Amino acid sequence: MTVFTSGLRYLKEGVTPHMWCPGCGNGIVLSTLLRAFEELGYRNEETVVVTGIGCWGKADDYVVTNGFHGTHGRALAFATGMKAFNPRLNVVVLMGDGDCITIGGNHFIHAARRNIDVTAIVVNNLNYGMTGGQVSGTTPFGMFTSTTTYTNPERDLDICAIAEVAGANYVARGTPWHGFELEANIKEALNKRGFSVVEVMSPCPTHYGKYNRMGTPVEMLKKIREMALPKEEYARLSPSQKEGYFPIGKLVDRDDPDFNTRYDEVRSRAMKG
Amino acid sequence: MCLARSDGKRYTCPVVKNMENSPARLVQGNQAMAQGALYAGARFYAGYPITPSSEIAEECSVALPRVGGMFIQMEDEIASIAAVIGAALAGAKAFTATSGPGFSLMQENLGFAVMGEIPCVVIHVQRSGPSTGLATKPAQADFMQVRWGRHGDQTLIALCPSTVRECFELTVQAFNFSEKYRTPVVLVSDEVVAHMRENLHVPKEGELAIIDRKQPSVPPSEYKPFRADEDGVAPLAAYGNPYVFHISSSMHGPDGFSNNDPANAAWKIDQIHRKIDIHRDEIVMTRSFDADDAEVLVVAYGITTRASRVAAVQARRSGVKAGVLQLQTLWPFPDKEVHSAAGGARRVVVPEMNYSGQAAGEVRKVLGPNRDIRGVNSFNGQVIWPEDILKTIMA
Repeated sequence: MTVFTSGLRYLKEGVTPHMWCPGCGNGIVLSTLLRAFEELGYRNEETVVVTGIGCWGKADDYVVTNGFHGTHGRALAFATGMKAFNPRLNVVVLMGDGDCITIGGNHFIHAARRNIDVTAIVVNNLNYGMTGGQVSGTTPFGMFTSTTTYTNPERDLDICAIAEVAGANYVARGTPWHGFELEANIKEALNKRGFSVVEVMSPCPTHYGKYNRMGTPVEMLKKIREMALPKEEYARLSPSQKEGYFPIGKLVDRDDPDFNTRYDEVRSRAMKG
Repeated sequence: MCLARSDGKRYTCPVVKNMENSPARLVQGNQAMAQGALYAGARFYAGYPITPSSEIAEECSVALPRVGGMFIQMEDEIASIAAVIGAALAGAKAFTATSGPGFSLMQENLGFAVMGEIPCVVIHVQRSGPSTGLATKPAQADFMQVRWGRHGDQTLIALCPSTVRECFELTVQAFNFSEKYRTPVVLVSDEVVAHMRENLHVPKEGELAIIDRKQPSVPPSEYKPFRADEDGVAPLAAYGNPYVFHISSSMHGPDGFSNNDPANAAWKIDQIHRKIDIHRDEIVMTRSFDADDAEVLVVAYGITTRASRVAAVQARRSGVKAGVLQLQTLWPFPDKEVHSAAGGARRVVVPEMNYSGQAAGEVRKVLGPNRDIRGVNSFNGQVIWPEDILKTIMA
């Protein structure tokens, strides 16, 4: 018989109901992450949950592990300092699309290049939810937001593709609909030595859904399910067929030495002097 | 010492070799700061190269891995101070070094270090601005930015060396203050002090006091990372030890979790200021040179101190009793010391390498509008010479 974990022991008491809107994916992603913590036996004192600014950046308020709520876009840079100095820490970085790839894009690229052994859980809801639904670096071309009233003139960035070319050891994408698959990917990412990324395509019915007339939260989640294709199925499509779809599941899995391993080599060269 | 090259050969670094073999060493200001940091127990440096601070990074890249520490070159100055903050919370004495444009970029996270009460040291080697400015030329135009460069109600400690020896000793002091008061400390240098070489007697182990941050003594379940002791300072655990804790850039209560209650916000802002205010007399350091009987007092800091001392000696030879008060601590501003040293003086001269007379304004605040306070200002990337100051003393 399968025993399901709840992850509840990592949830801070007295803070629910959480502050996220009905229909938001954040609650599902957080519970998935906490279940993964439980299944991997993470200890509070050895774990640091690092957040930036935004809706998902409030997640640290709900967690009983060590917590760190920093400035907007810099979560990975703070996390780099923690992990570099104390390699025994489990450093888990929660970022939205703003923190991760828009204001924080430079740090994302370099965290992947450096292959620092932290795990980034990126909730991508295609807009700036906390500040009222403004355009983000992941808002697709032609979409409406509160600052693209006449449609977005810019193209969007593919977070997973950037992580891959920049050198991340592990990259996966999921959705709040695909809970079990998401949990499996998050566990693999947490277990992976080196930089690991799980991007979660998540609904923001309050802003993005409203501006783009995407219906009720349930309809919006169903739409995301339809757009998500297993990567093998997605790979078979022609470029024009791929329009409007994205691949989910494990996209990159490799074992290049992480930063701390490489730096240990530097230390031993230095000490030989 | 030897460094490995990518081609497998080895070359010796003459500067570092020089430091290892002689009790008295000819050392550059920047190098002395790096060595002072190591002496103080610093084991983590994250930075981004910028003239005229880069030698600090280079020195650290050689020295830190040899003692089991870490040097990491980050993607920009924003990331550099962020990594320093992260490492500090993981238990490191951590620091970075930068100059003008880089210091501007660090301001937001420096404010976070104030808010999160995170001990760390930022070395700011001032250069001529604004913007890219005269990148290799000295200035002292960031006296106010050091204190007020960040948004919000905040304060920190700033120290300023004028000799290579002070580069070493004030760096040790900067780490001590940052650890003792859980605050970022800015070491304000300038291009001339940074690149000048002087004899340095490197203190033996134990010769200078080294302070480490206070650790919690309560059981882990009772630990609150912002609950201050009677000295105004809260003990700080490290991530990875048995104390689980939460640090936030948002307004927070003693437990570190978000708290928007007005009374709580007032408590927090008070705590940030109070711990420095009540220890002000220990933090403020000045040196005086013939200031006791001075009819003309020169108030100076950084490299300008040295020209001031020459000018004061020359003035005495010409019959004018001149003296110098050197500000080793820039912030909190040494108001009592300036007031006391200027007590009997008929004139106060404040030489500084900026247009607007930033320190002179503080001196005027202390002494009032009716005193004869004169600036000697250089803002063309050139140092102030003794004769420039002498003219104003004698005028």
